[in-house]
Amino acid sequence: MELDNIEKLLEKYFEATTTVVEEKTLQAYFSQESVPTHLEQYKSMFNYFSNAKEERYTKQVPLKPRKNYYKWISVAAVAVLTCGIYFGNEIKEKREAEYAYQETKKAFELLAENFGKGTEKVAYLQEFEVAKQKIYNNN
Amino acid sequence: MKQAEFLNVVMPFKDKLYRLAKRLLVSREEAEDATQEILLKLWSKNESMAEYKNVEAFAMTMTKNFCLDRLKSKQASNLKLVHSNYSDENTSLQGQLEAEDSVRWMERIMEELPEQQKMVLQLRDVEQYEFEEICELLDMKPTAVRVALSRARKIVRQELVKKHSYGIG
Repeated sequence: MELDNIEKLLEKYFEATTTVVEEKTLQAYFSQESVPTHLEQYKSMFNYFSNAKEERYTKQVPLKPRKNYYKWISVAAVAVLTCGIYFGNEIKEKREAEYAYQETKKAFELLAENFGKGTEKVAYLQEFEVAKQKIYNNN
Repeated sequence: MKQAEFLNVVMPFKDKLYRLAKRLLVSREEAEDATQEILLKLWSKNESMAEYKNVEAFAMTMTKNFCLDRLKSKQASNLKLVHSNYSDENTSLQGQLEAEDSVRWMERIMEELPEQQKMVLQLRDVEQYEFEEICELLDMKPTAVRVALSRARKIVRQELVKKHSYGIG
């Protein structure tokens, strides 16, 4: 490509009247190793543009719609919650029953202890009977 | 539309979506997120996709709108954009440094441009879209596109000339 032509194209380029094909010509021209010094400044511009086109989107294209995911998460959460409330109640009831049993047991023990004390006292009555018999026998 | 079909439609232009997003959002992570979001949106519309004449143009417009929205909310929340590093495959160290330097310069100049000029320059000089396509994508009149493009190119040139004559970074 002659220098003349390139300069003309550059002029048109900065007025934004070049076609895509002409711009490709310019990019190709400036991608070569050496350009005249007065055009050196444009080199980085055109090289930058052609380099920028090489950049790629490297991540995976995500196709799993997330709506579904959220739906199932909420279903699972509700299930866990109901189970929790149900079993939680059951355990609570069990604990209450256990507590009541322990309390009753305590009450019965108290009763039994007091009964024991009663019989001990009653044993003294026996003593009274023995003394009475002695007195009777002496008479 | 089946998954394979969808991929066939989307694959040729997914890089263009990403590059446009990156041009506007600057950060690589942001651009990747945006691209993923756009692809997901497209996939959720896959049933009605046959109705669109030009899926690529539709997707590009979506990307543009999404990124501009992101930028707006970003300005509101005062978040800073992050620069991502650029890797280049040049062999000689001197050449590598020079090339990297000029690439970074170009990147900085591009970042300084107003959004509209950024997009026009990206669509035309990087993706090499025709004027009619750019008009459609950006919802602009042909003359407006031409003016924006010419202005953007001239600003880039002016900045590069500045750098050349002073040699400062």
